Amino acid sequence: MSKPAPARLRCCDASACRNAGGLALRQALLAARAAAGLQPTSLAIGAVGCLRLCGRGPLVAADGPGGSRLWGGLSPEQAALLVAAAWVDADPPLALASPQASPPASPPTPVPPASAPLASSSDPLASYRLDLSHPFFSLQQPVVLEHCGLIDPDCLDQALAHGAYSQLRRCVRQLTPEAVRQEVRRSGLRGRGGAGYPTGLKWDTVALQPPGPRLVVANGDEGDPGAFMDRTVLESDPHRLLEGLAIAAWAVGAERGYVYVRAEYPLAIARLRRALDQISQRGGFGVAFTGTPWPLRLELRVGAGAYVCGEETALLQSIEGGRGTPRPRPPYPAQRGLGGAPTLINNVETLAAIPPILRQGGDWYAAIGAGNQASADKPASGATTATLGSRGTKVFSLSGAVVHTGVVEVPLGMPLRTVVETMGGGVVGGAPVKAVQTGGPSGGCIPAALLDTALDYEAMASLGSMLGSGGMVVLGPHTAMPELARYFMGFCVEESCGKCLPCRAGTVQLAALLDRFVAGQAEAADLDRLEALCAMVKATSLCGLGQSAPNPVLATLRHFRPEYLAACREEPRWA
Amino acid sequence: MASIGTPTQRGCSGAVAGDREAITRLIQLQGDDPAALIEVLHQLQQIEGYLAARSLHQVARQLRLPLSRVYGVASFYHLFRRTPPPVHCCAVCLGTACFVNGALELLAVLELRLAQQARAGGWVLERMGCLGACGSGPVLRLDQGLAIRVRLAPAPKLDAQLEAIGLPPLGRATAR
Ligand SMILES: Cc1cc2nc3c(=O)[nH]c(=O)nc-3n(C[C@H](O)[C@H](O)[C@H](O)COP(=O)(O)O)c2cc1C
Ligand code: SF4
Ligand code: FES
Ligand code: FES
Repeated sequence: MSKPAPARLRCCDASACRNAGGLALRQALLAARAAAGLQPTSLAIGAVGCLRLCGRGPLVAADGPGGSRLWGGLSPEQAALLVAAAWVDADPPLALASPQASPPASPPTPVPPASAPLASSSDPLASYRLDLSHPFFSLQQPVVLEHCGLIDPDCLDQALAHGAYSQLRRCVRQLTPEAVRQEVRRSGLRGRGGAGYPTGLKWDTVALQPPGPRLVVANGDEGDPGAFMDRTVLESDPHRLLEGLAIAAWAVGAERGYVYVRAEYPLAIARLRRALDQISQRGGFGVAFTGTPWPLRLELRVGAGAYVCGEETALLQSIEGGRGTPRPRPPYPAQRGLGGAPTLINNVETLAAIPPILRQGGDWYAAIGAGNQASADKPASGATTATLGSRGTKVFSLSGAVVHTGVVEVPLGMPLRTVVETMGGGVVGGAPVKAVQTGGPSGGCIPAALLDTALDYEAMASLGSMLGSGGMVVLGPHTAMPELARYFMGFCVEESCGKCLPCRAGTVQLAALLDRFVAGQAEAADLDRLEALCAMVKATSLCGLGQSAPNPVLATLRHFRPEYLAACREEPRWA
Repeated sequence: MASIGTPTQRGCSGAVAGDREAITRLIQLQGDDPAALIEVLHQLQQIEGYLAARSLHQVARQLRLPLSRVYGVASFYHLFRRTPPPVHCCAVCLGTACFVNGALELLAVLELRLAQQARAGGWVLERMGCLGACGSGPVLRLDQGLAIRVRLAPAPKLDAQLEAIGLPPLGRATAR
């Protein structure tokens, strides 16, 4: 990417688009360019990370002097048309048609003829055009994802050209670890892995342990079904995570670290491997990026399919090559982690937010979403952590029954409705939204009536759901809530590590109880049993998996109790 | 270039008999480091298609770990297989987005459909977690390929779609 080419096609090469045939399309585009006798210098065609609207893949964006345009769902047969279109400069944008409105094979709707010869009136690709001014795109505020979709994830030079590692260099050469931590504290950044613990505070805890070695770990286990934010970062901009992790290492005084990624993300793993190889080929982080002999060493560890390994103490076991079973805390990993050394564990997205925070300043980050805070302050029933606030941006993955599925990064404090209806386009087919599931198997759901709730840690928690890691599954009218609760309980039964009884046996019993509601065979007393059992499992389980396994049940009971009542048989069994 | 398959699913079609020396070498490449046990098991499974008892013994010896530890890890993680992989597997995504779009109903249809082939030792039906194709659900993996938007439809239409993506045609034996 030495100098701007006159025209450029950016082909999404993240996994959702690959699954939809993105590789074949890119090959076809390269062939079509050659067939048209064009040189790469006049039309650049390259792979990039996620272009956000994953559900319409494979996505291709064209950049020219007149701006950018986007297409979705093209097949290799249309490559020649797209290469030709990349030449015509930007034409009037089209509506972000819903998938139903544009069946891939249908010809474009005829438009009045006799327009200007250059105009797109007979554009054969019109029905594949996606409108970049649609709120799905225009309301996004990319910070973590600022380079996602712009650079080739496999190319270190492109990342460097976009400023990768410049903040790492600045930290190591000009800032003390304390100064770095202070900037992170000022930003108000909270952990994006689910719990929302203040990141600056965690870094301080690790840094201020008694002298000795420290370690850093990036948690890329992302097990919540319906969540794909971290995967998007890893597949689209792996060097961003590595820079964030390296800065964290500098700030807490670590010289070793791990990136832990779930095995279900082979493309993310391949890209991280390559990124780490690129760095060692240049002599390691110190030599390559800071010009100092700073000996930081980062390694990749791959999981093997166990949800509980996302829990931090289980993660440590897994990194050491053992069974991923949690242990009681304290001691927290920040006090005693890998090999007994203080270990900083942060989520991938948390770490990926670090370089822009240092570049623009903590105050800049804390100001994002701050305007939302005052107005969005719901009468949060006695939220005590209000001082923590919810600042900055958050990446959400939008899926389920929603029209526009994909990845969005928005300022915290934005109303949930804006994301689901304005950006996401509501439910497919125009049906009303029934609820939005957030926080995965540890979370809950927000009913349609409360869609104006702000995306804010405390506001969501006060409704019995949670902001969680960022998975957002939109539910349409046909999803039965007891069935949804049963689905998540089945997930917890499957994923319980079996170490403690309340979780191992309690989730099985909860699933059996829920089965009776799903079958419409429950009795009134089952509702009490369900609630009592939920309370027991929540209170007595060892780790977060068991403690939060009842959450989807409790949340659906709270907001959709009539569905449970309707599932009870008319007469009690003993009558 | 990386395939989209998860490491274990690469073993789906046909396993190669164990090669002692290959195993020795792959463990050496990991520096004979017990902390690399999971990585060793991944690579072993990639070579052999599954984790055979004989191979697990070798891993334990070479990494100087108790056999119970090696078995403990091999059995803890869902992606490790201790029996030879089926000739063909059809995996249904049961992630939340696919669930909301009818994956469970699809699973039931496939269970009926593949019951025959499973008995013949051909096809095996599996469940898998979200693959990140959530925008195009429900999603199936057929051996190495991925089928997206396998929406529930009236029987003849769905049958045709399933056949088109490579599932064996419906036999006339009684479905139960
Ligand atoms: C059952 C369970 C699963 C978890 N899964 C993940 C995960 O996949 N990714 C993640 O970053 N954190 C996960 N967490 C949270 C981690 O334990 C930990 O809080 C987090 O990685 C800390 O990083 P943060 O402060 O940057 O959020 C999980 C927690 C529990 C209890
Ligand atoms: S709560 Fe569940 S997952 Fe957590 S330690 Fe206990 S059994 Fe294991
Ligand atoms: S993966 Fe291509 S747009 Fe997200
Ligand atoms: S839920 Fe099926 S691919 Fe994500």
